[in-house]
Amino acid sequence: MKLQQQWIAFHTIVTKEVMRFVRIWVQTVLPAAITMSLYFVIFGHLIGSQLAPIQGYNYIDYIVPGIILMAIINNSYANVVSSFFSSKFQRHIEEMLISPMPNYLILLGYVGGGLMRGLVVGVAVTIVAGLFAHLHMHNPLVIVVVVILTSVLFALGGLINAIYAKTFDDISIIPTFVLTPLTYLGGIFYSVHMLPPFWQHVSLVNPILYMINAMRYGMLGISDIDYRLALLIVIGFVVALYLFALYLLRKGTGIRY
Amino acid sequence: MTDALTISDLTKTYANGVQALKGVELRVREGDFFALLGPNGAGKSTTIGIISSLIRKTAGSVKVFDYDIDTDIEAAKSCIGLVPQEFNFNQFEPVIEIVANQAGYYGIGRNTAYQRAEKYLKQLGLWGKRRDMARELSGGMKRRLMIARALVHEPRMLILDEPTAGVDIEIRRSMWSFLREVNRAGTTIILTTHYLEEAENLCRHIAIINDGVTVESTEMKSLLMRLNVETFVLNLNKAITELPPSPGYQLSLIDETTLEVTISKEQSMNDLFRCLSDYGIDVISMRNKTNRLEELFVRLVEQGAL
Repeated sequence: MKLQQQWIAFHTIVTKEVMRFVRIWVQTVLPAAITMSLYFVIFGHLIGSQLAPIQGYNYIDYIVPGIILMAIINNSYANVVSSFFSSKFQRHIEEMLISPMPNYLILLGYVGGGLMRGLVVGVAVTIVAGLFAHLHMHNPLVIVVVVILTSVLFALGGLINAIYAKTFDDISIIPTFVLTPLTYLGGIFYSVHMLPPFWQHVSLVNPILYMINAMRYGMLGISDIDYRLALLIVIGFVVALYLFALYLLRKGTGIRY
Repeated sequence: MTDALTISDLTKTYANGVQALKGVELRVREGDFFALLGPNGAGKSTTIGIISSLIRKTAGSVKVFDYDIDTDIEAAKSCIGLVPQEFNFNQFEPVIEIVANQAGYYGIGRNTAYQRAEKYLKQLGLWGKRRDMARELSGGMKRRLMIARALVHEPRMLILDEPTAGVDIEIRRSMWSFLREVNRAGTTIILTTHYLEEAENLCRHIAIINDGVTVESTEMKSLLMRLNVETFVLNLNKAITELPPSPGYQLSLIDETTLEVTISKEQSMNDLFRCLSDYGIDVISMRNKTNRLEELFVRLVEQGAL
């Protein structure tokens, strides 16, 4: 395919993916806004008002970056895992497999869809956050880079999960038993320095810790970890998962027989 | 004339050890209307899956308009339109989007994609349903939607895997007429079907696959010529109780006004009619007892040869 044709094919997948989640926005965008507003009310307002400031910020302001990123992580992942698995289940993935599109375009198209949902939900949750907390923008460029990289990373994760998944149960296991615990233990609601030294070291193997701290740096200018190191680690994960997902598509795992 | 499809010594063994193809050989000429027949499990869908790259071959070679699927897969795929056996579109997507998106996957711009979607949906009688979700269509409409989707990038070769399964006779005949038009316009068509009347009516060449190997590949006419005897059912103008003498013909009485006769290639129908006429019996109408191709097909599959 020529470059222009590749762009059209990529654009087609992304548009289709965006139309999919927009068509069912009550299931895809609204729940994140409602859930996150509950976090702000309960943890930020009711409990947070009883707590001392952390690193110079009110508790509710401190948790805003992590909560926004949590919504982006969950939605980028959910969009790709459900859409790709559904296309396998209904077999309309074959529409793409029989076309001359190279595998990397299919991959980028789905990741693009996940990124778009991550961004839409991220904006929605940021608007909700603005109703409860003061929004800080210490370094907008870092915020944009972290949001995009995190969204892409978890969209890739969702794709890999969907490639291996054989049943609907398989697409809920990872979010329930891996993603949610890692997100909660990634320092959304606390500074890693509040943990005992042993658990501080354990936390360092959690990739989400780096993303949340980089996001917190972008918004508040504070971080438990050097944000540049955090960004490098996230980029490393993105490259590794991209190559792995591409390998699986080329091999035809779960989609070609 | 270029070959639209050349398959040599194609084999496929699935991960569970099932050997679906054991050396399929096929040659389809450009512009042909080609029937690929075989009983259930013979390997037709596996062969089609390999041609369209949904299934990986174990060994052998497949060339589509001289593009080898091992080395020129993108070019080969661009030449193919596929109508699969099972519905494989997003049931929750509007009809027109399914067709236009398929064009997009082939790198066709949005405006052209919608124009072509309109053209094919109109030709297939689905334009009025363009905004409906695919799940709301009837079975026959879903089959026609898959044909529109397969044609939207205007492929040089259209592969249809049992396109009329479960479709009523009226729609089936309108699909036949549409497919004839598509073929007349230059598109090579490969058709698998269990309706042998369909294959006989539409196709010029035929291949029969059984147990993973090609057992026959020839012109439809020459295959039908090999049928030595045919059985006809004759409806008579008056009731008879015993068979009239008719030397050399195998006659049997089905009921008082229906006669069954088996005639070999060397015998003449005129002589038979004369014999019946001598006894005051007129034939009102006649039909083949079974489809000619069906008789040949059963023999080929059961006996391996004629």
